[in-house]
Amino acid sequence: MLGYILKRLLLTLPTLLLVSVGVFLFIRLIPGDPALVLLGEGADAASLAGVRADLGLDRPLPVQFLTWLGHAVRGDLGRSIFSGEPVSTLILQHFGLTALVVLTAVTLATLIAITAGLVAAWRQDSAIDLAVVGAATVVLAVPSFWLGLVLLLLFGVKLGWLPFVGYVPFSESAVQAALFLVMPIVTLTITESGVLTRMMRASSIDVLQLDYVTHARAKGLPESTVLIRHVFPNAFAPTLTLVGLTLGHLLGGVAVIETVFTLPGLGRLMVDAVLARDYPVVQGCLLFTAVVYVVVNLLVDLCYPIFDPRVTAR
Amino acid sequence: MNGKIGIALIGLLLLTIVVGLLWMPYDPNAIDLAHSLSSPAANHWFGTDEFGRDVLSRSMLGARISVLIALGAVGLAISVGTALGVLAGYLRGWTDRLLMMVTDAVLAFPGILLALALMAVLGSSGSSIIFALAIAYAPSVVRVVRGTVLSIREREFIEASRVAGDNAFRTMVRHVLPNIVPPIVVLATSLFGWALLSESALSFLGVGVPPPAPTWGNMLSASRPYMDVASWLSIVPGVCIAGTLLGVNLLGDALRDWLDPRRRS
Amino acid sequence: MTLLRFDGVRIETSGRMLLEDLSFEMASGEMLAVVGESGSGKTLAARAILRLLPPAVRQTAGRIELLGRSLTQMSAPELQKVRGAQIGMVFQEPMVSLNPAITIERQLAEGMRLHRQLPSDEIRRRCVAMLERVRIRDPLRCLKSYPHEFSGGMRQRIMLASVLLLQPKLLIADEPTTALDTLSQREVLELMVELARDTGAAVLLITHDLGLVARYTTRAVVLEKGRLMEVGTTQQILTNPRNPYTRRLVDSLPRGYGDVAEVPDSAPVVLDVNNACIEYPGRPGLFRPGAPKRVVQGVSLQVRAGEIVALVGASGSGKSTLGRAVLGLKPLAAGVVRFDGVDLTSMTAEQRRQFRRSAQLVFQDPYSSLDPRLRVQDIVAATVRNAPDADARVQAVLEEVGLASFGTRFPHQMSGGQRQRVAIARAVISRPRLVIADEPVSALDVTIQQQVLVLLQKLQSQYGFACLFITHDLAVVRQIAARVIVMSAGSVAEQGPVATVFRNPQHEYTRELLEATPTLHVPTEATRVSR
Repeated sequence: MLGYILKRLLLTLPTLLLVSVGVFLFIRLIPGDPALVLLGEGADAASLAGVRADLGLDRPLPVQFLTWLGHAVRGDLGRSIFSGEPVSTLILQHFGLTALVVLTAVTLATLIAITAGLVAAWRQDSAIDLAVVGAATVVLAVPSFWLGLVLLLLFGVKLGWLPFVGYVPFSESAVQAALFLVMPIVTLTITESGVLTRMMRASSIDVLQLDYVTHARAKGLPESTVLIRHVFPNAFAPTLTLVGLTLGHLLGGVAVIETVFTLPGLGRLMVDAVLARDYPVVQGCLLFTAVVYVVVNLLVDLCYPIFDPRVTAR
Repeated sequence: MNGKIGIALIGLLLLTIVVGLLWMPYDPNAIDLAHSLSSPAANHWFGTDEFGRDVLSRSMLGARISVLIALGAVGLAISVGTALGVLAGYLRGWTDRLLMMVTDAVLAFPGILLALALMAVLGSSGSSIIFALAIAYAPSVVRVVRGTVLSIREREFIEASRVAGDNAFRTMVRHVLPNIVPPIVVLATSLFGWALLSESALSFLGVGVPPPAPTWGNMLSASRPYMDVASWLSIVPGVCIAGTLLGVNLLGDALRDWLDPRRRS
Repeated sequence: MTLLRFDGVRIETSGRMLLEDLSFEMASGEMLAVVGESGSGKTLAARAILRLLPPAVRQTAGRIELLGRSLTQMSAPELQKVRGAQIGMVFQEPMVSLNPAITIERQLAEGMRLHRQLPSDEIRRRCVAMLERVRIRDPLRCLKSYPHEFSGGMRQRIMLASVLLLQPKLLIADEPTTALDTLSQREVLELMVELARDTGAAVLLITHDLGLVARYTTRAVVLEKGRLMEVGTTQQILTNPRNPYTRRLVDSLPRGYGDVAEVPDSAPVVLDVNNACIEYPGRPGLFRPGAPKRVVQGVSLQVRAGEIVALVGASGSGKSTLGRAVLGLKPLAAGVVRFDGVDLTSMTAEQRRQFRRSAQLVFQDPYSSLDPRLRVQDIVAATVRNAPDADARVQAVLEEVGLASFGTRFPHQMSGGQRQRVAIARAVISRPRLVIADEPVSALDVTIQQQVLVLLQKLQSQYGFACLFITHDLAVVRQIAARVIVMSAGSVAEQGPVATVFRNPQHEYTRELLEATPTLHVPTEATRVSR
């Protein structure tokens, strides 16, 4: 087991390295003087010279990379051209909200997927199965930003049940903050549950046909025990991988939700930065989200043996 | 049954695009401030937007633009991805390991953000979206193709081909490639759906195709200030996207079932 | 006393009849076999007893009774009490018969916890005792482990333990050892019979292997395509079958020593293997490559033109790997392989091309050895593609294997036996001097096996190619081979003429293998008469 953990940890290193190389090169891809790119058009000569010395722009590229990496590892990702604040501070401020929305939505979606997928597979081809598959297929086709818009239109504009413009942080009022977050979280939960449900249903169908399930029934175990103890752990493993990937891709995908509901999250930060040509922020967000993605998938990999002990043997 | 619905929806989409090439009810860019924000009626089936432009015509043009971009992105991603995936899967060894490391690294960036970042470098235009989406999706293609090649490789008829005297190249072309076509076709349909969705999302965020060119995504974005007075502006483009995606998904599912070798008897 | 009764049982799926009007009885403590090939309905009959039929399949007529009570009409809660406690079931595939996600202890204990109200430590004590009974070393460690840590044979024994812990009156064994090698098979079945006798349980053995039926059961029920063909004592069915299908089944058993003459010493040596060693790279550790594993060690053998030499061993003995190496498909770590006197590694390109046409391979799996996208005629033409008369040769060889009109078909439109004949056609079309046959009939039904073996023998005697026949089934060896080489753990245990080795085995492993192969010892008409 320890070997498995160590191996997984070590495997992330080359990926992280390549990721940082990629992010580093990103700035260099933009035509023009990197110093100008980083400080913006209005910078004065002294600051430009300072940045050039800081980043060692006169040194060979690999040295520049190491300098940059050294800064990044210590948390120094430069300053925003737009606001002058340190990029790392901006990221951490905005990440909290994004993390809250994404984690809540994915957890709820997973719970829905597990229940719906298992039940649909258990009663395959019945009315409930068709309903689940039908709902999942429709949900898969609905873009999250449109669903958000529709919910906002319905519950915010037309019915006025929920607030929809702006956001009140938890520190000011927890109830208000929660109200603002209801629609975004519901939107994401619905959209993500589609693909997770289909995956759970497919792997449950596969598992239900295996001998050990029939064996469990042959022992006289009640159906609920069979489903929970024998079918679920084995069927959930592939869905768990998908949950990890979903969390990762949502780090980006949440940008549209944050736009619809005007939430000050990480996705919105990055989009605004791209529109404003605020390259240090773009670069910082890229690096941050990639690292979070790698870490999340590592954690998912570490949970995997709970459901499928066979992976530790390989 | 589902496949038929899928074909019907996609057929409708293609029809709209083809018709749109020849004729549209109004010029999509024609501004008519006198009739701005009018609700759906006989003269404007889908109403008009804040500049008085006909929503139906804009939706038709939007269909063409979005589909072309999605096709371009998918075509590029599949070509590059398949070539790399076959190389990695068949040759294994260091080629495989290197390709996989690079693929994993690219996959570590959430697709939208990667596309966003690339757009920041390349600027906003149709071709840069195609390029950015292709780069974001190619790694998935590489993974799937590589996986399929790995499993085909182990089948005994591949060994039989070597026993009969075929060299590696001939085996790859004559036996491996024809057997990986079905999964690639299925993947291409899924990718088309994702690419369409991504292009809409990027346009919605304001980083996609620049106005005045309409895509369903930027039409949705523009509808937000007028939600309380002109709700059809928020509904129509969304229905178009959802309808197209539903059609693509159903078609893809039907295609996968149809191509399944176990079914062919 | 009648323990189990089938009465007019009919099983169907969406319009198709799978089992029709099955009726028979079984007494307490009896060992009864339900025999049939694939598609006979034997597995469905077994599953119907506990109402465990697959989703689309239903029992539409008849009853199944246990000690006079109808299992078919019982309510679900009552059935649950019967399952496990009165009737236990053991399955075929050891790889999926135990839940990979939970420990052995949980799986062993859950049946007990359900049906018996016993304190936890008493349950644990019984589990340990049972594991010892099925000869698992270190039962305490076994309880804490997961199924994937055990081999196939061990898993089947654990499954036996799990089922017999509840001391059911009836044990249903559905092909319990088909996926195991010969020696493990013997172990598991002997154990099963022992335990059943100890607890007084009756055993319903579902199998296709007449050898097992002969050795372990007293009565048998023969099924074909869902219909009951014959019921009777095992003795009677094997020595005096009344039904034509049963007769065909019994005749398909590889019988006695084949009429195989040994080739004279003057025949040229086609294949010469000298001290071959083959290695697999070991599992790499974190920072270093793993130590290589020797799978074949110091093997020497010769095959002359016109003779069939059998290469026998359990799975993992290295026989398949050696078969591949002989064709140059796997490199040798040491030793030499010579074809017609020429070392494989020193062949020129032209010699290599010649070699590829003269040495062919028939694979084991008829389902994956043919390219599903090509037609039969294209598959068969593989080695003679560039010959001017390719089409004529393809047609000729298809006729030889009895598939004259199948040229334009695709593999998925053909049965397993037909596909193997295509594979054989593909192998012999170039008139090779050497044919390696790697378990060519192991995946086929018994009656089809015999057909394919006869075809292979016919072609071999007609064209006189040297044949290295790789198999684990000693009865097949006895029927068709002149000489036999027995491999164990990568090296040669024994080799020599078949009759000599079989009647007077020198090596311990050979002796065990001969003892353990049930089909060698089936009393048949011939032997009955001679008794």
